[in-house]
Amino acid sequence: MSHAEHKDNEGAKLGMWLFLFTELLLFGGLFILYAVYLARYPEEFALAGAELNVIYGTANTVVLLTSSLFAAMAVTAIKRGQKGATMTLLAGTLACAGIFLVIKYVEWSAKIHHGIYPGSEKLVSGPPGESVFFGLYYLTTGLHGIHVIIGGALLAWIGAKVRSGAIHVADNVTLENGTLYWHLVDLIWIFIFPLYYLIL
Amino acid sequence: MSLAENAAPASDGFWQDSGRTGIRSWIFSTDHKRIGLLYLYSVLSFFLVGVILGLMLRLELMTPGRTIVDAETYNALFTVHGVVMIFLFIIPGIPASFGNLVMPIQIGARDVSFPRLNLLSWWLYAIGALIVLASLFTGGGAPDTGWTFYVPFSARTGTNVSLAVFGVFVLGFSSILTGINFVTTIHRLRAEGMNWGRLPLFVWSLYATAWVQILATPIIAITLVMVIAERTLGIGLFDPGRGGDPIMFQHLFWIYSHPAVYIMILPGMGVISEIIPVFSRKPIFGYKMIAVSSVAIAAAGSLVWGHHMYTSGMSDTAILVFSFLTFIVAIPSAIKVFNWVSTLYKGSISLEAPMLFALSFILLFSIGGLSGLILGAAATDIHVHDTHFVVGHFHYVMFGGTGFAFFAAAHYWLPKFYGRRYREKPALVAWALMFVGFNIVYFTMQVLGMQGMPRRYYDYLPEFAQLNLVSTVGSWILASGVILMVANLWRGLLQGEPFTGNPWGGATLEWSIPTPPPTENFEEDPVVTHGPYDFKGTGKP
Repeated sequence: MSHAEHKDNEGAKLGMWLFLFTELLLFGGLFILYAVYLARYPEEFALAGAELNVIYGTANTVVLLTSSLFAAMAVTAIKRGQKGATMTLLAGTLACAGIFLVIKYVEWSAKIHHGIYPGSEKLVSGPPGESVFFGLYYLTTGLHGIHVIIGGALLAWIGAKVRSGAIHVADNVTLENGTLYWHLVDLIWIFIFPLYYLIL
Repeated sequence: MSLAENAAPASDGFWQDSGRTGIRSWIFSTDHKRIGLLYLYSVLSFFLVGVILGLMLRLELMTPGRTIVDAETYNALFTVHGVVMIFLFIIPGIPASFGNLVMPIQIGARDVSFPRLNLLSWWLYAIGALIVLASLFTGGGAPDTGWTFYVPFSARTGTNVSLAVFGVFVLGFSSILTGINFVTTIHRLRAEGMNWGRLPLFVWSLYATAWVQILATPIIAITLVMVIAERTLGIGLFDPGRGGDPIMFQHLFWIYSHPAVYIMILPGMGVISEIIPVFSRKPIFGYKMIAVSSVAIAAAGSLVWGHHMYTSGMSDTAILVFSFLTFIVAIPSAIKVFNWVSTLYKGSISLEAPMLFALSFILLFSIGGLSGLILGAAATDIHVHDTHFVVGHFHYVMFGGTGFAFFAAAHYWLPKFYGRRYREKPALVAWALMFVGFNIVYFTMQVLGMQGMPRRYYDYLPEFAQLNLVSTVGSWILASGVILMVANLWRGLLQGEPFTGNPWGGATLEWSIPTPPPTENFEEDPVVTHGPYDFKGTGKP
């Protein structure tokens, strides 16, 4: 459109929140299955859940919460016009995303090494509840991992825009929306962590 | 595209005014009107593909045993007919084409809130459609699961289900983005004076639809991801041998796909709510009730998915609750029908093409809706479940409802955007052929279903032969009507009589701007001072 740009920041944020609803519902489908299968196989879920490494899970929770803190601080920084601090904080968020993925990789590798992966002999011949548990585990954490990557890429792109000056103190709704998305990634993990690592 | 040069008469509006030239001025345009027309051409093309597939299905069922294709091809035909008609025509149909064309103008905006997102959503639609089409010709052959992709068959069949399912996933993304865009636009971009009580009912229906798109579509997305994971990784979440439960697929699938029915029908109801008052020369009866009933249908319709599963294995309590909720949805639907009829009462009715399509919508939707109650009642459903009665029912609602509303909208709004109009007489003949043909095809199916003929069967008992022949002949009448209508629209919109001003006397904002609309829609930001059905001063008594 050629006419004078008038940015609607409230509208942009409303759109982002609506999109976040859809993301929550996407994971909602997996949480519904979790609830149904937990009710059906409580003992097998407890046994399978005990095989997950609480230390890895806790470490990743701390890492993601820290990353969200950095993201929130980046928003404050850009609103104060501190370009350098904004970029440093975004880099911190990205570093945390990287650490999260590395820990996840180590965790998955260990599981796969022990013969626990979808369709593995151990799961196919084992009790059905365990197979379902790990099926859900891989699908949920895998989908979440993809969201970490997408969120990281989004924040990297936003960081580049901050650097080039396209996002600045007077026009920062893109940064705010990007960090909203990042908080969503964090939030979903806050539900995954207790469901898979703690309550079973 | 050569369309652009031919189409516009004296005042050229948005057809001429574009920085780019040729096809690039369309597929990279962020103008909501151009995107709306892109969608229109796309969905109409896929509608015609779906019609051809439907005709082949009817031709195969004309006689018992093999008529034109073998059983495997028949399975692929009804699957692809369903996938094309549902995901490529009827879900994006009215909201993405006419919604994009008309809605921003009706609320007094220059465009939608996120024009680039709007274009992305068309691109995702195009990519999703290409992926679905590619699945027909690659891999193990066209999917043969039915459009519902039920497990365990969809997890095991050797046909190219994964690719088709991925295509539908991408199409879902497109649908979500349109929904987000419309909700934001309707909240943020209404012109001064366009308060919620002055919103045209078409906009209200799009608003309710957009919420369903946002809240329901993610569920189908995750379900389709699980089907793909089942096929590629053998994840076992729906495999009873591995602790999974195929019924869970059905629940998740219908949690989306039942509300999706309202994504399809609500915008159609919105179109009818626009056309009926204009051609009755009377303000709409019960504006508030129609507006609220759109939202009520969207809300209640999200809680009734279980009525697709009475025979799948649910507790009797669950069946009772779902059956009760299904009957609840009938209330807001009936509110709309009664209000339309009350609007007609003592109106000064003119039976032009848009009005005829709108009136037949009321009748056909009522037949479809009432036969839906037969299916919604648990006891009668056991008798007719998975028979041709169901096929007849949903074609009455989807084709007789949404389809006819789509054509009503085409005859009502397209002249406004092309600046030329179709010829009235062929339009009336086409409507008559379609209306008669439609009832022959689908009413016969309902009778066949009552007699016990199952759906999706390649072969049938000899006692069903006569009615199947009748139904097939009806499909030819219906198709000839469709061809005549499309040809008349095509010819008329490109070369027909000029169309200017406000010949039907509509009171919504799109009738207050030049024809075809300028790129920016409004010279100055409009200030709305009257309701959408306040016909005083629109030039017609």
